[in-house]
Amino acid sequence: MLILSAILTGLGLGAMYGLLALGFHITYVVSNTVNFSQGSSMMLGAVLGYTFGVTLGWPMPLAILLALAGCAVYGLAVERFLVRPFADRGSNGWLMATVAGGIVLDNTVLFTFGKEPRNFPSPWASEAVDVFGIGAYPLQLVIPGVGIVAAALLSFVLRNTKHGKAMSAVVQRPEAARLMGINTRFVIAGAFAVSTVLAGTAGLLIAPLFNVSSSMGLVFGIKAFATAILGGIGSAWGVVIAGLLYGLVEALTTAFLGSSYTQIIGFSMIILALFFLPNGLLGQAEIKKV
Amino acid sequence: MQRLKNLKMTRRSMLLASAVTATSLAFSLPTAAADTIKIGLIASLSGPSAKSGEAITRGMTIAIDEINAAGGLLGKQVELIRRDDENNPGKGLVAARELVQKEEVAVLFGGLQTPVSLALVPYMNQIKVPFMGPWAAGTPITKNGAKENYMFRVSAYDSMVGVALVNRAISSHGAKNPGMMLINNPWGESNEKALSAAMADKGLTLAGIEKIEGSDIDVVPQLTRLKEAGADTIFMVANVGPSAQVMKSLERMNWDVPVVSHWGPAGGRFSELGGPRAKDVEMIQTFTFSGNDSPAAAEMMTKLKAKFPEIKGEADVTPAVGIANAYDGMHLAALAITNAGSTDGPAIRQGFYDIKEYKGLIKTYVNPFSPEEHDALGPDDLVFTQFIDGKIVPIK
Repeated sequence: MLILSAILTGLGLGAMYGLLALGFHITYVVSNTVNFSQGSSMMLGAVLGYTFGVTLGWPMPLAILLALAGCAVYGLAVERFLVRPFADRGSNGWLMATVAGGIVLDNTVLFTFGKEPRNFPSPWASEAVDVFGIGAYPLQLVIPGVGIVAAALLSFVLRNTKHGKAMSAVVQRPEAARLMGINTRFVIAGAFAVSTVLAGTAGLLIAPLFNVSSSMGLVFGIKAFATAILGGIGSAWGVVIAGLLYGLVEALTTAFLGSSYTQIIGFSMIILALFFLPNGLLGQAEIKKV
Repeated sequence: MQRLKNLKMTRRSMLLASAVTATSLAFSLPTAAADTIKIGLIASLSGPSAKSGEAITRGMTIAIDEINAAGGLLGKQVELIRRDDENNPGKGLVAARELVQKEEVAVLFGGLQTPVSLALVPYMNQIKVPFMGPWAAGTPITKNGAKENYMFRVSAYDSMVGVALVNRAISSHGAKNPGMMLINNPWGESNEKALSAAMADKGLTLAGIEKIEGSDIDVVPQLTRLKEAGADTIFMVANVGPSAQVMKSLERMNWDVPVVSHWGPAGGRFSELGGPRAKDVEMIQTFTFSGNDSPAAAEMMTKLKAKFPEIKGEADVTPAVGIANAYDGMHLAALAITNAGSTDGPAIRQGFYDIKEYKGLIKTYVNPFSPEEHDALGPDDLVFTQFIDGKIVPIK
């Protein structure tokens, strides 16, 4: 009982980390930069979904599509204004700029959407079903699947399609890629849009189980980055597996040792794992040619 | 030379002008200061906790209007001066210095945030100006161990809430082995101590203490641990969001355990967030308008609607505790000033001790303060409430 419910909780939590970490992964592989406001992108997905679907009462599929489109626009804006100006100059300023962008977004939502958390109603999270003797919402069973499918898709696209190969080429030899007719600006901007759409998907999936508020993404963003590093940020499968593992460790620690130990054990595990596997679970060491 | 002369003239006239200004200021300032009796308020007037500052302002404003309509204090009108602490202890302290030293407020009121009020304790005790806390519940704000204590309070405080929650669990649910679900922050810690002490007093055993993180999607693992340890009641201390996660998780587990809670769920849309089990939470309040038959409550509601047109009904005055605590606190401070016969800090402090009886909104206060007791409310003054259709209603 205890172990089953902990595993279910852990997989749900882990899939959230995995989806956000995939967002870190995709921008990293095409541009060696990441959007540190992934937690805010996740929040944006949930807040837009709530605004279109609940406040304005539009049909939910349309609301979800529009919310994800909004996230994509946010991703494009992050790339254009918070990453590109710095990366072009070879500066690491994008690090701070994306963090700052997330804080600006969180606070803008705080003042427009309000401070009070809201409930995101969903038919998939209203009545618990019996799964081996424990109560679970159908949505909880769907979430880990979404994480795994997203990782499989990304991994397939990057390795086996023309567009995917173009994306990988951009980071390996940007100049050569440009000479081969690959629009590198377009590829990088696209990666940022995909990244925020993945985060928005996580936000929309989690909202009915959790609640919608301007600060909902903060802790998720931090933990997802930790799992991206843990999994090896260059590997799509690595970050998703690390996300799921981290979620499971958290839930199992809570269940068997008590919630006072969850953060201590979770983050200690990350330090230890990186000590023994400096490139993460499935990451490859960078080869520097001199 | 001519130019120099001009300059001299100018300098002389400037000197003269400043002398005149200084003299007029010297005469005008004390008169201005003596015109009114100033009461200060340092609370969250912007940002996420702004609603709490608004509630305190409303309660104090109604009380001050009543006092002024009855002729004011010591023959003068009472004036409220507010400053925003932005939830920041440093800013709160700067604002306190300004209000006390520049504006010379007779009594300073505080806001919702315990850390801000705690930061003011050494300053208020040193400058000897009384402080009235209408909200922040941290026990050491008033119980601060100072020889000459200037910190007073009309609100619930954690150690008293601990006693009230434990008494409720025993009397209504026959609790023998309760468990705790606490938010993982200093507020949760403070209540862990208070609840543990109150449970030890009553000889209860502890099923377990579990922490909630703000980012916990569900708290089934924590609750399952408490269930397996045989918990027969749950004490809950967390704000709206995490409290809602506890109720949703209980619903999923289909575990019908009584939940006795601190006032965290009170602000916001708990009914909507907590799902079908939200109504089962038994939560403490110092005051509610809903289900309150007292004439004082009805009169207060009428006055609030008249003074603040945006208030249409009970739904617009949540959380009511801020309004009620601030209203009673202001009237008690007025009595203390009247007793003191001056706005001298130590005299007002003695004035608080000399209050014999005051018929307030929350209760009739009889000898509410003494050098040993700076809290006007006790465990018996708390009301247990539940959420019915989004309203906080006393449990019959």
